[in-house]
Amino acid sequence: MKTFIGIDLGSTTTKAVLLDDNADVIGRGITNSRSNYDTATRVAKLEAIIDARLTLCRRALKDDVPELAGRLDDFLTRLELGFRREQFLEQLRDLEQTCIDHIDGDRFAGQESAVTDVLEAVFSKLRDEAAEIYGPNAERRSDFFRDIAGSRYLAVAEDLAKQAGLSYDLLLNVYDKSIIEVENRPPSEDMSGKFLRSLEELVNEAPEFGVDAATVERAVKSALGVDLEEAYLVGTGYGRVTLPFSKEHIRSEILCHGLGAHMMYPDTRTVLDIGGQDTKGIQVDPEGIVENFQMNDRCAAGCGRYLGYIADEMKMGLHELGPMAMKSTRSVRINSTCTVFAGAELRDRLALGEKREDILAGLHRAIILRAMSIISRSGGISDQFTFTGGVAKNEAAVRELRKLVVENYGDVTININPESIYTGALGAATFARRAVN
Amino acid sequence: MTEITTSRAERPAKDAVKDESMLKQKAMMAGHYDRLTSATERGEKVCATFVPGNLNELIMCFDFANNLPEVNAIQNGLRKKSGRYVMESEKLGHSEDVCTYVKSDIGMMAMGNLAPNGKPLPSPDVLLLSYTGCFTFMKWFELLREQYQCETIMLHTPYEGDGWVTENMRNYMVKQLKEEVIPKLERVSGVKFDIDRLRENLKRSAVAEDDLVYVLQSAKNKPSPIDAYFGGIYYIGPIFGAFRGTDDAIDYYRTLRAEVQDRLDNGRGPVTPEGDMGEEKYRLVTEGPPNYTSFRDFWKMFYDEGAVVVASSYTKVGGVYDFGFRHDPERPLESLAEYCLGVYTNRSLPQRVDMLVDYVNEYEADGLLINSIKSCNSFSAGQLLIMREVEKRTGKPAAFVESDLVDPRYFSAANIKNRMESYFQMVDQKRAGVKGAAA
Repeated sequence: MKTFIGIDLGSTTTKAVLLDDNADVIGRGITNSRSNYDTATRVAKLEAIIDARLTLCRRALKDDVPELAGRLDDFLTRLELGFRREQFLEQLRDLEQTCIDHIDGDRFAGQESAVTDVLEAVFSKLRDEAAEIYGPNAERRSDFFRDIAGSRYLAVAEDLAKQAGLSYDLLLNVYDKSIIEVENRPPSEDMSGKFLRSLEELVNEAPEFGVDAATVERAVKSALGVDLEEAYLVGTGYGRVTLPFSKEHIRSEILCHGLGAHMMYPDTRTVLDIGGQDTKGIQVDPEGIVENFQMNDRCAAGCGRYLGYIADEMKMGLHELGPMAMKSTRSVRINSTCTVFAGAELRDRLALGEKREDILAGLHRAIILRAMSIISRSGGISDQFTFTGGVAKNEAAVRELRKLVVENYGDVTININPESIYTGALGAATFARRAVN
Repeated sequence: MTEITTSRAERPAKDAVKDESMLKQKAMMAGHYDRLTSATERGEKVCATFVPGNLNELIMCFDFANNLPEVNAIQNGLRKKSGRYVMESEKLGHSEDVCTYVKSDIGMMAMGNLAPNGKPLPSPDVLLLSYTGCFTFMKWFELLREQYQCETIMLHTPYEGDGWVTENMRNYMVKQLKEEVIPKLERVSGVKFDIDRLRENLKRSAVAEDDLVYVLQSAKNKPSPIDAYFGGIYYIGPIFGAFRGTDDAIDYYRTLRAEVQDRLDNGRGPVTPEGDMGEEKYRLVTEGPPNYTSFRDFWKMFYDEGAVVVASSYTKVGGVYDFGFRHDPERPLESLAEYCLGVYTNRSLPQRVDMLVDYVNEYEADGLLINSIKSCNSFSAGQLLIMREVEKRTGKPAAFVESDLVDPRYFSAANIKNRMESYFQMVDQKRAGVKGAAA
């Protein structure tokens, strides 16, 4: 099967989208950009391929195992969880070995075997936790190995080091040296093995699905056996110039966002994308071709990172900002769109006794006001209007946007796709497909 | 506009490729600064004036050496000195958003007032403000008057708000020239005005202007033998500065024209700092001044992509010659008035739109690129409207980037390059339609 890959190398995350010959999205993958776009590209692409295998499994199971009807989503979720657990265990083994290899140097003199013992105990405990972390009802705050393994390692190691009478610093030292190496190491090629081990366990441990093991295995194996030929790849986003892509494999993110939004909503004429460090107002024609664009200049205030800074200032999680702002009954006016000044204004308002939710509502409005100025410079909003980028997931930002769009441009259809973070990668994948077909 | 001189010590590591005309211009500029910096010891009087509305032919009639503060600011931008000067003038109380030509000039004066040859520039004996389409010029000369306490002459040029020059406007200017400007210049210089001398100067101007127009219009060819923005800034140097009306200017433009003719005959593209440009892929019209502190980096973003500028509005700020105007020895004062009235920055927004639309069509350009200058409201106000109108009337895509004249803090190379690349790809898409968009 021919596939067409689009990679969007953002300042915060790197996204990949796989299209099939019918221009259907068969896989999406995302990873943290980790200041290493080569690795980020490889990982995002691999994640998209994993997702594509799941799509192919879905297609095969739908046709070949009709008794899963109505429960297919659940079945596939469990299959993926099992796969993720296998993947986690594999990386955990790698991390353990790498940590042990790093027990070297004066600071470890005479304590090598004690540190090794503690490490083995730590990783044994983490392996035991894997089933729970990837259990059907578990909630994970992140899908990235560094976040999941890291937070548990630090907690468990501190505890066990204390019990063993060892300095916690020694365990931190080997971890810090090892995690980057492991994160940047190409994952093992044995994707099918992990899927099949997950499937075997699922069939054995979840009889409630009532499926015939051989039939299901045949369907999944057929899906895993499909040859995913990489017909063409296009890269976009800030990291694109750092990659060993030749020029014809690179597209500007403005064109990719315009085309991606058009693929999601073909009647799109205006696109607003608020990413980590830039805000783009884009006008596209009926074919998704960019007609005009404007971006923030010289300053990235009002972009995604601004919200990150505000979250830090308020000692909140980024994802908590929107919900809190939604509780507001009156919006406090925040005049400054300079990130640092906004922080000062925020503290000032708090000191004056304003409620956090009202201040946050004002901050969200400030961001959207800035975006509205960029849109108007690009030519205003024409029906339909598509909002993309990480900030599109923030309900308070969306609420302010809707208000301001109605006030300034009247009744306009506003599209926000749940997968909007992949808009640039989708555009890139579409360029890849058009390059061949 | 500028005349570019760069001393060897300050040159970038890789020497720029230079044509004969460029070497000639360099020698002319070195001579100009030597004349200026030795004016006092030689007993020569100095007149300071601006590029738009520059009355060089008249100034020459009184034996003044002509010092142009904008040209000094540009020289300091290109020579990476303006950043220090801008900051110095901020220390003296000039705010961040003030025109950076002004701040570079004020800072330069505060830090020794050195010309590119390393010698101090002389104090002017007279300030001649012959153009007021830019109000900052007036404020700038107020500051200079305060500094030098010398005679200040203002020739008021009415704005072409309705889009044309009326008889009254011309007469008003001629009256000022006769009753205010010439008597004052006579008084300061001690030289009696001789209208025949002015006629001779104007005759020489017109000869050079003919060759300049030939050079600028050569860009209608494909491939264009010149770059009318980055290269164009070299080409306008002598005629916008202290050389219009001189034999040097006639020689320079004759040499330049021959070079361009040779390029045309041999199907060669424009010269760039790295030699001849490769294949011409994009033909652009530009609006707005360039950035001088990263001039070469900015230019490289064009020629690396095969983009050539075929026409620009900026190369018309010191005179619009390509629609037929010439200095006319038969109507000396009237033609000086018409020259001032017609400079690009004295034209209304609709006139600017008409001119840019005409350029996009006449020069068969792929679109319009606007470099909007942070500290120049006079140029920047209305540019988004201009952009939309040109897009609408030509059907060609436009792009908008922002930087500054000579403040190095406001050139963000990564962002500008990102936009330029996006724009070129947008042009590709437009040309090729849906299928070709990916090719």
